[in-house]
Amino acid sequence: MKYIDEYRQSDLASRLADEIARLTSRPLKLMEVCGGHTHSIFKYGIEDLLPPNIEMIHGPGCPVCVIPLGRVDDSISIALRPEIIFTTFGDMMRVPGSKTSLLDGKASGADVRMVYSPLDALKIAKKNPARHVVFLALGFETTAPSTALTILQAAKDSVRNFSVFCNHITIVPALKAMLDSPDLRLDGFVGPGHVSTVIGTRPYEFVCEEYHKPLVVSGFEPLDILQSIYMIVKQAVEGRAEVENQYSRAVCREGNRRALEAIFEVFEPRDYFEWRGLGSIARSGMKLREKYAGFDAELKFAVPGLRIADPKACQCGEILKGVKKPWECKVFGTACTPETPIGSCMVSSEGACAAYYNFGRLSKVAERSGLSAMP
Amino acid sequence: MTKAFSPSPLFERVERARRRKRKIKDTQITLAHGSGGRAMHELVEGLFLEYLGNPILDTLEDQAILDIAQANGHRSARLAFTTDSYVVDPIFFPGGDIGKLAIHGTVNDLAMSGARPLYLSAGFILEEGFPIDDLKRILDSMSSAAREAGVQIVTGDTKVVQKGSADRLFINTSGIGVIDSDVRISAARAQVGDKVIVNGSIGDHGTTIMIARGELELETEIESDTAPLHLLVNEMLTEAERIGAPDGIHSLRDPTRGGVATTLNEIALKSEVHIRIFEGKIPIKDEVQGACEILGLDPLYVANEGKLIAIVSAEIAEQLVARMRDNPLGRKACVIGEVVAEPEGIVSMVTGFGGTRIVDMLAGEQLPRIC
Repeated sequence: MKYIDEYRQSDLASRLADEIARLTSRPLKLMEVCGGHTHSIFKYGIEDLLPPNIEMIHGPGCPVCVIPLGRVDDSISIALRPEIIFTTFGDMMRVPGSKTSLLDGKASGADVRMVYSPLDALKIAKKNPARHVVFLALGFETTAPSTALTILQAAKDSVRNFSVFCNHITIVPALKAMLDSPDLRLDGFVGPGHVSTVIGTRPYEFVCEEYHKPLVVSGFEPLDILQSIYMIVKQAVEGRAEVENQYSRAVCREGNRRALEAIFEVFEPRDYFEWRGLGSIARSGMKLREKYAGFDAELKFAVPGLRIADPKACQCGEILKGVKKPWECKVFGTACTPETPIGSCMVSSEGACAAYYNFGRLSKVAERSGLSAMP
Repeated sequence: MTKAFSPSPLFERVERARRRKRKIKDTQITLAHGSGGRAMHELVEGLFLEYLGNPILDTLEDQAILDIAQANGHRSARLAFTTDSYVVDPIFFPGGDIGKLAIHGTVNDLAMSGARPLYLSAGFILEEGFPIDDLKRILDSMSSAAREAGVQIVTGDTKVVQKGSADRLFINTSGIGVIDSDVRISAARAQVGDKVIVNGSIGDHGTTIMIARGELELETEIESDTAPLHLLVNEMLTEAERIGAPDGIHSLRDPTRGGVATTLNEIALKSEVHIRIFEGKIPIKDEVQGACEILGLDPLYVANEGKLIAIVSAEIAEQLVARMRDNPLGRKACVIGEVVAEPEGIVSMVTGFGGTRIVDMLAGEQLPRIC
């Protein structure tokens, strides 16, 4: 299929993998920050192709995975109000709160609907003037512009029965927090692709300047990722630490000015936002500006707003930081499975644990036993 | 493939968890219980079998095979018996409607045992206010689907419920068929060395329904693949017999809810074998692939209504595929994988990219009310 197959050619992939192996035999730990990359790495079995000295650490870039339990509980408490139509992305439905998920809430009578875009939620609001529609907004700068534009549209059309429960987060403070974490030893980053289409590559320059780590912004197709890994390894070998842009077909240094303007118009940073497993990170969350307070579900509805500690058994934090591998978590694959997730890393297909569970169980082992040979 | 399989500790742990006896822990039904994936298996095995189980039901095939005893010296007969309810939304969609689906689905469940479908029942649950014109359209479609499939609807039932107690109409059909030959087709009969065949492109039905709901404003030409498969199955059985391997077709399943991935997992679990498929060999239409890329769906998990998965002995696979291609419903038939010994109970896929990944059962809900 055009525009897809070009990026998935296996002969090019094995050549790239050979080139990576030729660069160095030094052990290198690289983190892909973005959940989309984690998903691709597992879906296409990219780790199978990498030489054994290159280790991928699966970072915190799955927005569903880092939503804290308390915010899920808050969502459910809003959704259960009879006047509410609660809308969210499909991934969010099964994320467990402290007791239940939105899917359970729906079974208990809450009107919870899956949408593909916040504009769909606004449409539902216009169609149901007697009800109030809440959109659970989440994600990095990738999805924030569409939430912002939806709010601007709602303001323009004077829609009164629509509000947003905002859980948008920003990538740079999270990256900083990771880099400042004392137990983290990384040699480079596969930089987020979709986020960078919005924010550009300039905001990552501190990674190289202050922390001297190479970062390559990458696309999501398997060849994109392999090429990015090649570029990072090359930098490491040559002793460089630069921001490079592999995803130049979508990303430029300055980002998308109009999208950034929309974000700036509607949102402002929160002083602190809690990340599941990582704790509170300063100025890492977004909230609606005063001017758009009328669309802020947090102000409209009294949400319990409790901080709930992560389950003791769950080691999502260590896994998100790459300190532990999913299988080093005691509950991985036993009590915590994609059907009955305890930690949120197991819920979304972009979560490191779910990716391991679904795609990774066979990888290295399979290769050794020759499973990947075509008949 | 020369080296023996050596499972890692991680792998063992996951597999132990997968094999635990299914227990239902949920306190209420959620949509995940209807998805055809793991939650539904928990409901069926952890609850329904607990209360209603018996040796026939416990096999959990798509149909019950009833050996009618030879009373009074009459010769014995083997009957296939099945039931299915249809709640698809929307009720009319490109390529079909709920009525046509209700005939084809039940005919196919019978056909997957090698049976000749004969008689169907039809039960209707109608919501107050449902337009008679729509009902006429659906009945007309059922009538022609039944005629084409050579089955008769011989008994039925109608209930009307208050507005809001059901969504427009739900249809249940049950069916009876006769198994003429001695073949014993079962999801538990896949054997090491067998080949995996599919009769055409996958994911058409589910993608069609998703787009027909109109929530996505995608315009495509995709149509549901809904079709009765019993004649194709009959031709396959005849061909197997002709080439001297009447028992060469081991398992047949129609990959409806949960898609090809879930069906293959069921077969791998029941037969205690490993099924390995090759991404590059699985036929998927460009439109379906494109829509799935946009929607974030994996075509392997998307429902089909006119497709079958056949697990057959390697010796007859090529000839069988050639014969299937003579039938309009098997034009794109091909071998997509093979059965190996280990690691058993699992499906893996060699990606077009050269890596290998596990193809697990569907865990959450992808699309409710798909059939």
